[in-house]
Amino acid sequence: MHVTTHPLAYLQTGDLTPGNRLEDPDCHAIQASPFRPNSVAPGHRACRGCGLLLAARVVMDAAIAATNGKIIAVNATGCLEVVTTPYPQSAWGVPWMHSLFGNAPAVAAGIAASMRALHKEDVRVIAQGGDGATVDIGFGCLSGMFDRDDDVLYVCYDNEAYMNTGVQRSGATPRGARTATTQAVGSQKGNPPGIGKNLPAIAMAHNVRYVATASVADVRDLESKVTTAMSHRGARYLHVLVPCPVGWGFDSELTVAMARLAVETGLFPLFEAIDGEVVTRTPLRHRLKVEEYLKPQKRFAHLFGDKGDPATIAAIQAGADMNITRLGLETDLTGSTVDAAGVSSQAN
Amino acid sequence: MNTFKPFATTLDPQSSKANHTGSWRTSEPIYQDRTAPCHGACPIGQNVREWLALAQQGQDESAWRVIMDKTPFPATLGRVCYHPCESMCNRDSLDGSVRVHSVERYIGDKALELGWRMPSSAPATHKHVLVVGAGPAGLSCAYQLARKGHRVTVVDQYPQAGGMMRYGIPEYRLPRAVLDAEVQRIVDCGVELILNTRIDDLTTRLTGEEFDAAFIATGAHRGQVADIKIKQQQGDSHSVRVIGAVEYLRAVASGTDIPTLGKRVAVYGGGNTAIDAARTARRLGAEQVTIVYRRDRQRMPAHRSEYEDAVGEGVKFAFLRTIAATTDRGLSLEITKLIADNKAVGTGEYESLDVDGLIVALGQLPDTQFLAALPGVRRTGEGAVEIDAAFRTGQPGVFAGGDVINAQRTMTAAVGHGRLAAASIDAYLTGRPMPETTHGHDHVMTIGDLNTHYFTLAAPTTQKQRPAQECVSNFDETVAGLTESQARYEAQRCLSCGTCIRCSTCFSVCPDSAIRRKPDGSYEVDSQYCKGCGICAQECPSGAIQMR
Repeated sequence: MHVTTHPLAYLQTGDLTPGNRLEDPDCHAIQASPFRPNSVAPGHRACRGCGLLLAARVVMDAAIAATNGKIIAVNATGCLEVVTTPYPQSAWGVPWMHSLFGNAPAVAAGIAASMRALHKEDVRVIAQGGDGATVDIGFGCLSGMFDRDDDVLYVCYDNEAYMNTGVQRSGATPRGARTATTQAVGSQKGNPPGIGKNLPAIAMAHNVRYVATASVADVRDLESKVTTAMSHRGARYLHVLVPCPVGWGFDSELTVAMARLAVETGLFPLFEAIDGEVVTRTPLRHRLKVEEYLKPQKRFAHLFGDKGDPATIAAIQAGADMNITRLGLETDLTGSTVDAAGVSSQAN
Repeated sequence: MNTFKPFATTLDPQSSKANHTGSWRTSEPIYQDRTAPCHGACPIGQNVREWLALAQQGQDESAWRVIMDKTPFPATLGRVCYHPCESMCNRDSLDGSVRVHSVERYIGDKALELGWRMPSSAPATHKHVLVVGAGPAGLSCAYQLARKGHRVTVVDQYPQAGGMMRYGIPEYRLPRAVLDAEVQRIVDCGVELILNTRIDDLTTRLTGEEFDAAFIATGAHRGQVADIKIKQQQGDSHSVRVIGAVEYLRAVASGTDIPTLGKRVAVYGGGNTAIDAARTARRLGAEQVTIVYRRDRQRMPAHRSEYEDAVGEGVKFAFLRTIAATTDRGLSLEITKLIADNKAVGTGEYESLDVDGLIVALGQLPDTQFLAALPGVRRTGEGAVEIDAAFRTGQPGVFAGGDVINAQRTMTAAVGHGRLAAASIDAYLTGRPMPETTHGHDHVMTIGDLNTHYFTLAAPTTQKQRPAQECVSNFDETVAGLTESQARYEAQRCLSCGTCIRCSTCFSVCPDSAIRRKPDGSYEVDSQYCKGCGICAQECPSGAIQMR
């Protein structure tokens, strides 16, 4: 979360854009710099408009900046691994390793241990995987990594299903979503209620040092959370929402907009937790109804129209409302416009 | 191949850059400057967004130079222009339009204060142009011609230059020191000004060797006539003094022979001139000033802010009324009603209004008798000069613009005419190609073309206004200018519709790192890798990227 400690001058787009020209360049996002590492090179084979590959570059560039380039990445099986490393090519600008679908946290823990044994503690380790590798297949290894407090930042890129293999349901698939294995048929269409895992909460329950959520809708926020994560030692967990145009069924240009809608509806709350306690939360700029998020996505199409499912929509809305209430994301924005003196009355 | 390779590994490692994903693309992002609504709406054709962007960075002098390319009157226009740019501003639907006029006034005033000068004009062309009329159209044309290297002589019948800016717009809206300074700056560009001279013999001037072209900008100083019945007076009754608004305002501006209209004054008409006359009458001591207008408030042509200021200064309005006759106590007003096409018709019901004086402000007409001798110049029945799209009259070498032609009669429109006519005259004299005469724009940016998520709400600045009580006691300016920080803030409220603001959003959100940042801070698409997803175009705050 971008913390403002002084009154903010207005500056046209303020810090909502990554590189506002009216702002001091030192305050720009890393992504706005022409000299950013570009740690995920172009030419990778991710689908058009992939949110995952956008997030992966932002995260790794920020981690490189935070560690002076001393980073080793471990990847679980999944979209990110497949599209960046088709033999014999690699898109990665950091040392990078892939072993199995489920063992990325264990491999990363091993690398961290070897660096410690070699007295190279300045070399840091990031493990990364999709929601399938994280909440389902690699969950045991991840829980072990949390338990041992290995010095690893684990990043989960959550696109809410197994996209690489053809959009099958994962433990992170939201209620009502249609996937290849939760078809929009029968009395309960799409992903049934009452199942699924909230991994940020599970990570917090392990009392790991740092847990945060972020999305591709706010590059500065994502970078800042990676930077904070790298300033801590021990097990850390970052959960990044990465909309998938193919699996969710929306036009490729809407990837960032979808992430923004997920945040603004309260369905994907942004927060940071230290030692199991939430310490920062990002209030919603404009609170929106969940329909605005659900409607543009084909995976929720069966919820709308004549044969729609208003009960499920209401349940999804109730979930969003609960997130907002529980974390206190609602802010009264009526008094927060900038006044003519050019000084923001809101410092969040 | 003599290097050792592990089992089943036959290829050397490669970067993914070898894989040119640009071949997947079905459409690609194009950076382009599209027309902002303010630009499309400006009668002068000012690219408001361009100079506001400079003012955002505190580069006020550069901003001033951009304005000065189109008009020599920023300080004046910043006060009296009715700013159609603001009416069209996309920010209006967020939290109020950008107050362009107040920023323009700030920059114009700063230029006068610091004495900024335009760079010297182009090399002399040895062509000589006569400009008839030293109002906004004439001076604007003269200024543009002088910059292009032509010799210009401006002739005006009045003792001071400025036309309606001096003899029509009251001083409380436009302090004369500001006007004088902006006129002087035009004279300093090398324009010759001959005052107190009426041109009656344009034919001889043009057939002689003296002038190569002429621009007619004599304005519209002839008030429209009203037919008002005078009812039989009984005995030695009261009389109503009647004067035209143009004559009244001119007399007040000249400071000579100011007519005394008494304590109770009626103004007939609903335009900006009527309001000027009413507010002027208030300042000259009239206690009861009533504007009589035949339609209602919504249909009154006067600008809304003028109406509000007048109400604030105690001017009364009698809407849906016409003046039927003068009576022994003042005026008899006929109540009207609106029918189809906004026509006002009398209802046959009357009421009386006690007044001592009446100012008739029913519009102005040009006085163009002096052009009768020029056979090529066609005029309408009302005396307006007919022109073509390039401001040419039928007489070769004779051009016309401003209030003298049939067009929107505002100062801003006149300045625009002057600028465009100057380009046309320049083309006529030198054979240089004509730059754009009209600003025909393909697509004007709407709020839907922007990504307003990236702009925080920010209330518009308000200019300080003196209390109305104090205003009506003198002719001092009623509205104050902005401070430096206010002007900077107001400029930064501009959404920069349709142009790149160098915010790096596109550069940051491309999943394929297929946007490059150029050394000048702008961006370009790397077509080798761009897959054409369109996220950049979707996210661009100002709508400067289009997928094609």
